[in-house]
Amino acid sequence: MSSHYESSYREPLILGEKSYHDITEDIARPIEGKANKNWYIAFYISLAAMLWGFGCIFYTVGTGIGVWGLNKNIGWAWDITNFVWWVGIGHAGTLISAVLLLFRQKWRMAINRSAEAMTIFAVFQAGLFPIIHMGRPWNGYWVLPIPNQFGSLWVNFNSPLLWDVFAISTYLSVSLVFWWTGLLPDFATIRDRAVKPFQKKIYALLSFGWSGRAKDWQRFEEVSLVLAGLATPLVLSVHTIVSMDFATSVNPGWHSTIFPPYFVAGAIFSGFAMVQTLLGVMRKVTNMEAYITRLHVEYMNIVIILTGGIVAVAYATEFFIAWYTGSPYENYTYLSLGAEAGAYGWAFWSLMIFNIIIPQILWIKKLRRSFIVSFLVSIAINIGMWFERFDIIAIVLSKGQLPSTWWRFEPTFVDVGIFIGTIGFFFVLFLLYARTFPVIPTAEIKTILKSSGENFKKQRAENNEH
Amino acid sequence: MSTNKVIHALYNDDDILMDAVKKVKDEHHHIEEVFCPFPVHGLDKAMGLAPTRLAITAFFYGITGLSVAIWLTWYTMIADWPQDIGGKPSFSWLTNMPAFVPIMFELTVFFAAHLMVITFYMRSKIWPFKKAENPDPRTTDDHFLMEIPVHDNEEELKALLATTGAVEINIVDKH
Repeated sequence: MSSHYESSYREPLILGEKSYHDITEDIARPIEGKANKNWYIAFYISLAAMLWGFGCIFYTVGTGIGVWGLNKNIGWAWDITNFVWWVGIGHAGTLISAVLLLFRQKWRMAINRSAEAMTIFAVFQAGLFPIIHMGRPWNGYWVLPIPNQFGSLWVNFNSPLLWDVFAISTYLSVSLVFWWTGLLPDFATIRDRAVKPFQKKIYALLSFGWSGRAKDWQRFEEVSLVLAGLATPLVLSVHTIVSMDFATSVNPGWHSTIFPPYFVAGAIFSGFAMVQTLLGVMRKVTNMEAYITRLHVEYMNIVIILTGGIVAVAYATEFFIAWYTGSPYENYTYLSLGAEAGAYGWAFWSLMIFNIIIPQILWIKKLRRSFIVSFLVSIAINIGMWFERFDIIAIVLSKGQLPSTWWRFEPTFVDVGIFIGTIGFFFVLFLLYARTFPVIPTAEIKTILKSSGENFKKQRAENNEH
Repeated sequence: MSTNKVIHALYNDDDILMDAVKKVKDEHHHIEEVFCPFPVHGLDKAMGLAPTRLAITAFFYGITGLSVAIWLTWYTMIADWPQDIGGKPSFSWLTNMPAFVPIMFELTVFFAAHLMVITFYMRSKIWPFKKAENPDPRTTDDHFLMEIPVHDNEEELKALLATTGAVEINIVDKH
């Protein structure tokens, strides 16, 4: 039993009396069963939101970017806010599956599949915004370094916007491959259990004919480890590069060397918050209470406290530096007394309250182990992190170096509609995923059953093997 | 007795399987294959499988990606059509290099990750529309299947496997 050793003093990660077969049953049940009424209600609401958003996108493309609330001073606002917000949310998935794999954190296994799904769906939404903002999305492939029939001009590799193209597409495609490779054995499980011929065909196709040979598993583990090693710096690079969209400019409030680490911490902060939001609901809906436990929620909350703390320190630094420069322009950046007292004071305070003050209650152990408190705090952080990006972009741009050009940004219904549409699109994808994919890595979680399962731990405690 | 006969021994516990594999190896029998529902640590060593070289391929794919990035940025920005963009230097690749670090990093990761996974899929013969080859559907749930070729020693093997805690032993004609 030495290979399955874990101290019985550690809390179990899998609750109840489970066998390998029980795990298969539990994870296959939502896929093989019928969806209930709540699922359909949620799905149709999301679908309606998505279609509304698509309508707004067609209106934008058909009429022009002028239907947005942008003006000559504020050349991007709502769209880039949403882009950064979604990319940030997309950070938790690969962080959980890659960084926590390198650190051999077993608790990641209950949540990594859904977190990665969330990552991929969130990056889809993020990618929509720059493409729509091009105005002529059918020319979107011009961002690729293609041999130029378009007049001897290559893409500009000096531009952080092009770095973004490479970072986001690498991140999306590598996350997708990482996710799918992990899914192969679990699709094979569903395939081999399927009774309906159509279902069997579909899962046979999805599983790529996975057979589970010893050699396949040896390669599988090596590939997972190397992918984790590659994805770890990749995850950190993506939001670093996103922050350079701002940090390499010369605007006061954007031209800031702490942006890369501060953005990465904020991304992990918001990503974990979104994982809490989704899993708080999903563990109930798909009956995964035995696998996504209070302990998992607490661990995620600890990551939230840590990254939220880094974000708070970054805010304090920005605020202090803005004041300390003595430059009047700095007094209108998003973290300054000028911003607090200005027209966007409400946005400033929303940021402070949702992002800094509310998450502090997680220091209390009882509260960070509560499902409902975690859920509510995660919603607050999602809102707070949206305001962070809105503040950085809209407040900074609203007051440039020439006071006669000062203007405000007011979103139109199209701005709001596209944002709501992406939220709908995200949930449509996630709801479909929750009904058709194994939401917990079935094969992987079986490997920790003997070390971290409640009944196995009890047995060891009774035998005095601590 | 024909030589394409094999024994399928099924186990329902990874620890029992490990002991069985060791025992069969100690008796100098060749284990053709073991099908598992999840990775069993140490199984590859116990079976005597050679270590995989996929990580090494990833390293070389990464080097390839880095070289592509260096060539691409040099050719487009310096050699083919140098431009003065925001006063950033484009006289030589080296002076312009700091701006290319993100591209070099991303393409290294892109090549290493994708080509390694493609190599894995090709080597393990997994791709869309491939038919699965696990002989028993239970091997993706909670059973482990050991396949041993039979060479006129059917009874001996059966007796040996019976002592290893197999829950089922079948003789199968492999086509």
